[in-house]
Amino acid sequence: MIWFAVRKFFGFAVTFVVAALVIFAALDLLPGDPARFILGINATPETVAALQHQLGLDLPFWQRFLRWLGGMLVGDFGTSYAQNQPVGALIAGRLAVTLPLTFLAMVLSMLIGLPIGILAARRRGSLADTGLMVLAQFGVAVPNFWFGMLLVLLFSVTLHWLPPGGFIPWGDNPAGALNSLVLPSIALALPQAAILARVMRTALVDVQGSDFIRAARARGLTMSEAVWQHGVRNALLPVLTILGLQFAFLVAGTVIVENVFYLPGLGRLIFDAISARDLVLVRGAIIILVLAVTGTMFLTDLLYGWADPRLRARDAA
Amino acid sequence: MSSLLEMLRRGWRGHWSLRIGTIAALVFLLIGFVSFVWTPYPIERLDVGSAMQGPSLAHWLGTDHLGRDLVSMVMKGTRTSFVVAAIAVAIGALIGVPLGLGAAAWGGPLEWLILRLSDFLFAFPALIIAIIITTLFGPGAINAMIAVGIFNIPVFARVARGGALSLKSLDYLAAGRLAGLSNWEVARKHVLPNIMSLIIVQATIQLALGILAEASLSYVGLGTQAPATSLGLMLKDAQTYVLLKPSLALIPGLTIVLIVIALNIAGDGLRDLLDPRLKRIGALRAAD
Amino acid sequence: MSARNIIIALAVVVLAIAGVLGYMTMNGTPQRADLRIGLVLEPPILDPTAGAATAIDDVVYQNVFEGLTRIDEHGAVQPALATSWEISPDNLIYTFHLAKNVTFHDGTTFDADDVVYSYNRILAADSVNAQKALYAVIASVTAVDPQTVKIVLSAPSGRFLFDAGRGDASIVAPESEPTNDAKPIGTGPFKFIDWQKGANLTLARYDGYWGTKAALGKVTYVFIADGVARTNALLAGDIDGINNTDATSLPVFAKDARFKVLVGSTEGEVILAQNNARPPFDKLQVRQAIAHALNREEIIKGASSGYGVPIGSHFAPHNPYYIDLTGTYPYDPAKAKALLAEAGLPDGFSATIKVPPVPYAQLGAQIIASELAEVGIKLTQVAVDWPQWLGDVFTKGDYDLTIISHSEPFDIGIYADPNYYFHYNDPDFQAIISKLNATTDEAARKELAIAAQKRLAEQAVNGFLFELPKTGVWNAKLEGMWQNEPIEGVVLTGVHWVK
Repeated sequence: MIWFAVRKFFGFAVTFVVAALVIFAALDLLPGDPARFILGINATPETVAALQHQLGLDLPFWQRFLRWLGGMLVGDFGTSYAQNQPVGALIAGRLAVTLPLTFLAMVLSMLIGLPIGILAARRRGSLADTGLMVLAQFGVAVPNFWFGMLLVLLFSVTLHWLPPGGFIPWGDNPAGALNSLVLPSIALALPQAAILARVMRTALVDVQGSDFIRAARARGLTMSEAVWQHGVRNALLPVLTILGLQFAFLVAGTVIVENVFYLPGLGRLIFDAISARDLVLVRGAIIILVLAVTGTMFLTDLLYGWADPRLRARDAA
Repeated sequence: MSSLLEMLRRGWRGHWSLRIGTIAALVFLLIGFVSFVWTPYPIERLDVGSAMQGPSLAHWLGTDHLGRDLVSMVMKGTRTSFVVAAIAVAIGALIGVPLGLGAAAWGGPLEWLILRLSDFLFAFPALIIAIIITTLFGPGAINAMIAVGIFNIPVFARVARGGALSLKSLDYLAAGRLAGLSNWEVARKHVLPNIMSLIIVQATIQLALGILAEASLSYVGLGTQAPATSLGLMLKDAQTYVLLKPSLALIPGLTIVLIVIALNIAGDGLRDLLDPRLKRIGALRAAD
Repeated sequence: MSARNIIIALAVVVLAIAGVLGYMTMNGTPQRADLRIGLVLEPPILDPTAGAATAIDDVVYQNVFEGLTRIDEHGAVQPALATSWEISPDNLIYTFHLAKNVTFHDGTTFDADDVVYSYNRILAADSVNAQKALYAVIASVTAVDPQTVKIVLSAPSGRFLFDAGRGDASIVAPESEPTNDAKPIGTGPFKFIDWQKGANLTLARYDGYWGTKAALGKVTYVFIADGVARTNALLAGDIDGINNTDATSLPVFAKDARFKVLVGSTEGEVILAQNNARPPFDKLQVRQAIAHALNREEIIKGASSGYGVPIGSHFAPHNPYYIDLTGTYPYDPAKAKALLAEAGLPDGFSATIKVPPVPYAQLGAQIIASELAEVGIKLTQVAVDWPQWLGDVFTKGDYDLTIISHSEPFDIGIYADPNYYFHYNDPDFQAIISKLNATTDEAARKELAIAAQKRLAEQAVNGFLFELPKTGVWNAKLEGMWQNEPIEGVVLTGVHWVK
């Protein structure tokens, strides 16, 4: 088990360092100079040079890369060019929006998707099943920014029920903060809900024909009770796998929804920072996302290895 | 290949979803491709004087904020969306499938490397990499194809590898190898035809996802650029005017929804028909 | 408990939560002394003396920070921290008398040493002031006594008092200067309270302000980069106004009684800039052909919803020296084709146009491409973001055509610099400008300014399109906003609610 973990960790570390190098190099190639952008069109070349020196932009590539990598190992992500603030703190502030948004979207997608999947599976072949699955097709096919636009037009501009965007910090007013995440999380949750509904339905349909349901029926449970008590739990496994896979992608996928609802999340931070050539900030934010995904993969590998010794053996072979 | 066509022909009658989906998708494809030779009006020539008109005999769906005919716009937009998504799928399949087959055929370090590479691509947030690519090389339809295509590579690699592994133990492969065929020849002559159905199903799904991805990229201004148009770019342009003329946003939006549904239904039907073992759609959508 | 019951229960819970939340947002406030204002861009930092971003001035100029002078709504210089001044007969020595009882927001007192410190910081060798070049004319800054500052210039400068009123010359305190980026401390009528990065920024009235106190108790800036989101925020009442928004969204508000649309002037001339050094734009006939092919009326309608005054040269229409030259090369595609043939290009030619990420440029480029195509000039539109535009077009001069608004007041002199990105090298024009710079007589200056405008128009140096409007949208119950924008900033001193 130790060796297995060490090997997996090695793979994780290699992926991370290579990713860091790729990110650093790609961003270094971006046309446009951060110092010139900060100072605008009337700045003299000397002023630009002074700022470049102050920002450390005049150092050679490897020196800057190693300095950045070394800083990250001790938790220092550098100082934002444009905002003159520690990148770590700036990112942490944005995660306070993006993580709850992602979490809320996942919960919503389960609240909407799973019951629909269960209902459709229970009434398989009925009109309700067909109707719900057609609905699910729509859910998968709707671009989330377009759906967000329509939600704002209906619930904010016309009905004035919910804010059209923006964010009230958690510290100021938790209810207000939650309120500002309602529409974005619905826009984000819809496609996920539709996928979940379809997965849940398929999984349940498979389960309904299985032996343990028949056994439960034989013990005198109704079909409803049998499916609810045994089927759903078993069907949840594929569903959870999908959820786990999609969490990381949801975090990154918020970038567009954050634009529609002008939420101060991580996705928009990256988007804005790229257009301001605040490369330190972009690098830090992307590496955090990469870390989240590779870290999740690493932990999942460990858990699977711990749960299933065969995997360890196969991997060693 | 011939067995595949045979199966399609047999299944066509029984699967209504396959029929509806395929026909609908083909209709949209046709609408898009007619624009190569003909549109009611040229969309490059703007006529600001007749902007924002309602539906009329001259303009069936009205005109947009620059006086362009919406029917023509939808036709050209559909075409661009299809082309971008299709080329992105081609990039993914042409690179991903050989990689996946190679990984399954040789195993060992090659497989490890290919799996790590695909993990590596999965580890990057797709949209954000697309943003960087388009900032590096300039926004535009071609770079959008590449950006979307890159993320199709690991998807196809995994599907091909999975399909190939499930065939590996089969006798005829062993027979082929005994007959002196190389790994590569076995993969090409025996494995590829047998996993073709898997790849086609995946391609249909990725095509639908590609159309959505193109729309997202164009929405943030990094996809198709004027004077060309795509359904995503139409949506981006329309949002400013959605309160004045909602149809500007509704028409391209609904077109996207209908195309994606058509493709997904066709894909589902194909899958049910070709490979009943693959009913768990979720596994295929992990790359969403 | 069946699956259906669970679904119903869940639905009830979700609806209840939505209802409660919805009710909470609907509760309005009766009497208001606060303002929520939308801003397109978020400032990267808040020190106006250390960055060029307009968004910095939008928040702090005359609100948080003050200079020796200030610029008023009409572009005139007014006293600020310097309540009066004397100028020596040779126009070289300025003696400023400072306001009394002025305190910074942290309670420290303001005196002549702060002025000396602030100006020396602009002039220092390692200065990162974006407009350092404007102040290079200053020879020395000395404190005569705590209430008096003497500034000596190395050459007379007719614009020095104006430059002293820019945000770049704001007076900062040595104690708080290092933290002004994140927590600005000035002498203005509003003090900085809080900045939620990416979301909003709050100012509050400074009760210790030395002059007329602000009417608003609290001001929140909400950063909304997306044009549609801004429109929605206004319609939903999430913000009370926007200082300047995309003209394309104005028709929505023009007919809505809840809002007032303030269309004013800016110092921004929108031009189709041409690389005069690069063939075929080095040929006068080609530039004239382009000028004849441009339909300003159509461009203004399509790119700016019809708002904006057409211009025929690089000059703001509200300037007293302005002369209308839009008739120099009227819209005439046939004439344009003839001129191209004369220039040896009967079949036209191909060129690229680099388009920065602003609506007037993006829409304008499409319309111009369509208009030029009519006379045989095929444009490839290349979208660039601001850092790329600054790097490729502005700094390196690597472009054929671009669309841009030049927002500096009275900046016709940029055409006298052959290294400026237009690459326009015209000794005649340069002679006019150097004569203008050396002239102080008002009538003679006007004559020279008109000559300069005419020369640019006749040479068709760039495609002169329209003066960029300032298009603000405000709650109809708000008064006191600036209609025009003679200088960067959103001055809120006089803004108040009426019944």
